[in-house]
Amino acid sequence: MGKLDGKVALVTGATSGIGEVTARLFAAEGATVVVSGRNVERGSTIADDIARQGGTAMFVKADVCKTEDVQAMVRATVDTYGGLHVLFNNAGISGDTAPTTECTEENWDAVVDTSLKGTFLGMKYGIPAMLKTGGGSIINNSSNSGVVGFPGLPAYSAAKGGIVILTKTTALECAKQGIRVNVICAGTVVTPMVRQFMASNEGMQQYLESRTPMGRLGTPEEFAQLALFLASDDSAWCTGASHILDGGMLAV
Amino acid sequence: MGMLDNKVAVITGAGSGMGKVASIRFAREGAKIVVADVSGAEEETVGEIRDLGGDAVAAHVDVTQEADIKSMIDVALSNFGRLDVLYNNAGILGEASIAECSAELFDQVVAVNLKGVFLGVKYGIPAMLETGGGSIINTSSIAGFQGIPGTVAYCAAKAGVILVTKTAALEYATQNIRVNAICPGAVWTGMTIRIYGDTEMGQKEASAAQPTGRVAKPEEIASVALFLASDASSYVTGTAIPVDGAWTAGIALPVYDE
Ligand SMILES: NC(=O)c1ccc[n+]([C@@H]2O[C@H](COP(=O)([O-])OP(=O)(O)OC[C@H]3O[C@@H](n4cnc5c(N)ncnc54)[C@H](OP(=O)(O)O)[C@@H]3O)[C@@H](O)[C@H]2O)c1
Ligand SMILES: NC(=O)c1ccc[n+]([C@@H]2O[C@H](COP(=O)([O-])OP(=O)(O)OC[C@H]3O[C@@H](n4cnc5c(N)ncnc54)[C@H](O)[C@@H]3O)[C@@H](O)[C@H]2O)c1
Repeated sequence: MGKLDGKVALVTGATSGIGEVTARLFAAEGATVVVSGRNVERGSTIADDIARQGGTAMFVKADVCKTEDVQAMVRATVDTYGGLHVLFNNAGISGDTAPTTECTEENWDAVVDTSLKGTFLGMKYGIPAMLKTGGGSIINNSSNSGVVGFPGLPAYSAAKGGIVILTKTTALECAKQGIRVNVICAGTVVTPMVRQFMASNEGMQQYLESRTPMGRLGTPEEFAQLALFLASDDSAWCTGASHILDGGMLAV
Repeated sequence: MGMLDNKVAVITGAGSGMGKVASIRFAREGAKIVVADVSGAEEETVGEIRDLGGDAVAAHVDVTQEADIKSMIDVALSNFGRLDVLYNNAGILGEASIAECSAELFDQVVAVNLKGVFLGVKYGIPAMLETGGGSIINTSSIAGFQGIPGTVAYCAAKAGVILVTKTAALEYATQNIRVNAICPGAVWTGMTIRIYGDTEMGQKEASAAQPTGRVAKPEEIASVALFLASDASSYVTGTAIPVDGAWTAGIALPVYDE
């Protein structure tokens, strides 16, 4: 018996990193999973792989910055699987590393549109589908840098901070309607995005490890376990809350 | 296969409310339980766990007494040989405004809610270290985040619990001991029932103030404690998790009330 038996879960940014690992875990726990992202090749491979292992999954191509894509993504989910119970708004990019004065407008727009507007669009079109299904759980992906400042990532921090308050606002709007909305604020999780960030900033890995009380970085599997908890009925009284997953970084 | 197979858990305040429900849930997930309470109801919880085929022992413990806490940890070690999970849940409300709160009442509320947690952490950790680490869960409250008129000592103590939690998490972060706090909102258990009265009317009144329009069942707190107790939360430490149906998320405007 899985923790998500009978549920339909939609994961954005599921073609890599945290999203991929979480989509796989949701499927292993019994959910029917929609793998979404822009990269058709990786997305299809992941969905096929889940199906090969006995799960049910399909890939739906969508750019979360685009209204029509998000609408179509939700529609495809409901048309194919009959409803929507779990929405994980995970797609995000870290953008360029540069202080506020050097952050280009293009970088700002790309980062904010993907993370913050993408999360907004996901909820805007996901919630009506969830209401028709009888309620559900939304998990948004912020970051440690949505809670404290992160020099060199002004757009990322602003977008992630915005996601925290957007989560609380939407949670209050939906509190009586059987939809829970929570946000995960993770420290450093070793994924392709982070590997690239560490590779292009010398000494960054050692620095991040030294700033993490546990002395190690997190894994996408550990992230997926928290997302699973928030997706499942075990978190039935959790809504409007930030869930920190950072090896103790913010306890300081 | 349970989420806590082969683990040993000590739970304080386990004779009633959330502590009792968590004891039963943890036992269902495979843990052996030390049921600690001062009320005498601990034997009853143990009986219910055994009826389910679980393994548990009772410990008569006043969490304000250092000797009691030491012997509570010893009960875990002597009966089950190890300690993996410690859930410091015992608490009292001690309602009183600042003007009405006597120095004695303040001391008593702080002794149970805050010093009790400190003592648990202090004596639980060495036992956990012997077998390679463990997970500690402390019960704070939304009263640890925000002031609530009429409960000055409680708020002070519960806020303190969050910082004991973070300090302990940092001190033992590299030794595989995780420490987290749960901050429940309104849960329909002993404490809330005593305030509102164990009637439909009382529950309605308590529910009306909630963004969700309802109060929580103790099972809904136990399931969060279970996540924190289990290895599924292996990178979660030093956190204070609101489990409050959006009580502290912001200002719930009536516009969106159906
Ligand atoms: N890794 C960490 O330490 C960490 C910490 C805190 C928070 N996070 C957050 O976790 C999320 C996932 O990060 P990750 O580390 O797993 O990164 P990743 O491996 O780079 O994955 C990012 C995913 O987002 C998708 N994506 C990017 N732009 C998109 C768009 N416009 N539309 C749809 N999908 C888009 C990508 O898919 P396509 O390329 O196929 O579109 C990819 O699947 C991000 O929101 C990130 O900010 C990560
Ligand atoms: N009920 C709520 O709405 C709510 C909200 C937030 C936090 N909490 C906290 O959750 C915890 C459990 O509360 P509950 O609602 O289940 O209450 P409860 O009154 O049902 O249970 C509390 C238990 O703690 C025990 N206890 C009290 N003093 C003790 C002592 N000195 N030594 C050992 N045991 C002692 C009591 O005997 C009782 O069995 C408490 O820490 C409380 O402060 C409760």
